[in-house]
Amino acid sequence: MRKLLSIALIVLLSACASQTTQPDVEDLTSGTDNGLSGSDLMGSDSGRPSYFNQLNDPNSILSQRSVFYDYDSYTVASEYRELVLSHARFLRDNPAASVILQGNTDDRGSREYNLALGQRRADSVKNMMILSGAQDVQIESVSLGEEKPHAMGHGESAWSQNRRTDILYRGE
Amino acid sequence: MLMSIYCSKLMRGLLFLLLWLIIPSLHAQLNIEIFGGGASRIPITIVPFAEENRLQQSITPVISADLQRTGLFRLIDPAGSSPHAPVEVVYADWANRGVNALVIGRVTHLSDDQVEIQFRVMDIAKKSQLTGLAITVPTTQLRAAAHRIADVIYEALTGDVGVFSTRIAYVLKRGNKYALQVADADGYNAQSIIEYTEPIISPAWSPDGNQLAYVSFENKKPVVYVQTLSTRERRAVASFKGSNSAPAWSPDGKRLAVVLTGQGGSQIFLVNTDGSGLQRLSRSSSIDTEPNFSPDGRYIIFTSDRGGSPQIYRMPVTTTESSNAERLTFEGNYNASPDYSRDGKSFTFIHRNNNQFNVAAQEIGSRQVEILTNSKFDESPSFAPNGKMILYATEINGHGILSAVSRDGQTRQQLSVQTGDIREPAWGPLPKWK
Repeated sequence: MRKLLSIALIVLLSACASQTTQPDVEDLTSGTDNGLSGSDLMGSDSGRPSYFNQLNDPNSILSQRSVFYDYDSYTVASEYRELVLSHARFLRDNPAASVILQGNTDDRGSREYNLALGQRRADSVKNMMILSGAQDVQIESVSLGEEKPHAMGHGESAWSQNRRTDILYRGE
Repeated sequence: MLMSIYCSKLMRGLLFLLLWLIIPSLHAQLNIEIFGGGASRIPITIVPFAEENRLQQSITPVISADLQRTGLFRLIDPAGSSPHAPVEVVYADWANRGVNALVIGRVTHLSDDQVEIQFRVMDIAKKSQLTGLAITVPTTQLRAAAHRIADVIYEALTGDVGVFSTRIAYVLKRGNKYALQVADADGYNAQSIIEYTEPIISPAWSPDGNQLAYVSFENKKPVVYVQTLSTRERRAVASFKGSNSAPAWSPDGKRLAVVLTGQGGSQIFLVNTDGSGLQRLSRSSSIDTEPNFSPDGRYIIFTSDRGGSPQIYRMPVTTTESSNAERLTFEGNYNASPDYSRDGKSFTFIHRNNNQFNVAAQEIGSRQVEILTNSKFDESPSFAPNGKMILYATEINGHGILSAVSRDGQTRQQLSVQTGDIREPAWGPLPKWK
């Protein structure tokens, strides 16, 4: 019941926050997108599943949400392996939890081609998670391409921060 | 012979569409600078029209700017001489000044809000009229009338279709705000179609110019929308699990090619413009993206890294999916973002050359490649509907601007806004009356 209420609240708040020009978007995904758009609107922890406490514990590896990549690479480097596996185990143990994986690239080259490259990064994290016990329905891998950089400018220091996959929990 | 074509009704319809249905918003006046120019430019004089100075919006400066931007004309000042009718033209004088073509005309005020513009293009060598037209327009649509006149002059002197009455679409980023804008081809009358705080990319014009397809990230992932300019009504055409991007219209306007990741990888699909009838087109283990239809609708050219680096390929549009495609580009290890010319004989694309991303064009038959720019970060080239210019995004001093280069690489022009980054240009189709 609490969960239902919180979803209703999120839907209501999302509706209020969106512009009047916002169209009706048919959600062809697993039907949990509303949880995402409410992420900025949840002022308190009330109504959240209890597993969020664990996810946001700064002492837990689960609070780490970004995998970074070498130039032209899509494979999860060994230093991020434990991070990805921890999230995979968490998903396995919490079947109600689900994530969206957002792949990102640096800004060199075609925007649409970069979108496809970012998708490869997100897909590689997804595959690793599924091999470690997470279910396909719990994971949506998408790409933001070069559109949402962490760091601006041209140069390796900016580019290395932008080559990443971010792990977002739905409803967070 | 003065042809009298009263196209006010048509024009009114067109501009009504433009002005009425689009949100007036982020004011983005584009400034235009022109570089270079061909060696054999046509010397032309445009005499300010009689009674033009009573108008709120002058006409001949707009015509002059249109013609100058093509790089095909050399504008010669009338230097005090101001004929408005054929009998007032002293051909020998203009011949002595090296003028080939002379444009003269007159504005007649029909009422407070309506004028008739008559103009003639005089051939100085033949001492005769080349073409002429009378246009009746509301005074609110004088720029559109000027573009129409520039089209007629351009067509009479070059034999090609003029594109001064077309529109362009692009994305303007200001701070954290993204606006999909539509403007006249000269950058004026910029209007926001939609504004968001999340990125918008890949606008694509429907063949009739009434709709734009684009990719919005407002739902934390890329989703393909189609929006009608006149009603501002929009719908999600591809919002499947995973990423949805790279919309391209079929020439009949009935279907879109899109790139989806829901079935694994980035692959090309066809979908009806109402979101129904999804059909997979490409099947590969590589990236297949940036589809673009041939003008006859039989082929799609696209970017794929199936050969190890991004290159441009061509595949037939069929009712079954295919893993086969013909590779078109072979020079260099990065060729992307293809866009067909309207005659289907060539395509423009981005070619990486020594870590520079430049606009290039390739003939499909001969495979001859020409690199047309020498900047660093060129993106998303888009052919003008007459195939004579290519609009693209580039970067100057860290700012995104639009630029256009002539197909022969001889003339470049920059379109910049005062503040903000401008990117993802798409050149719209010819208006319906063309």
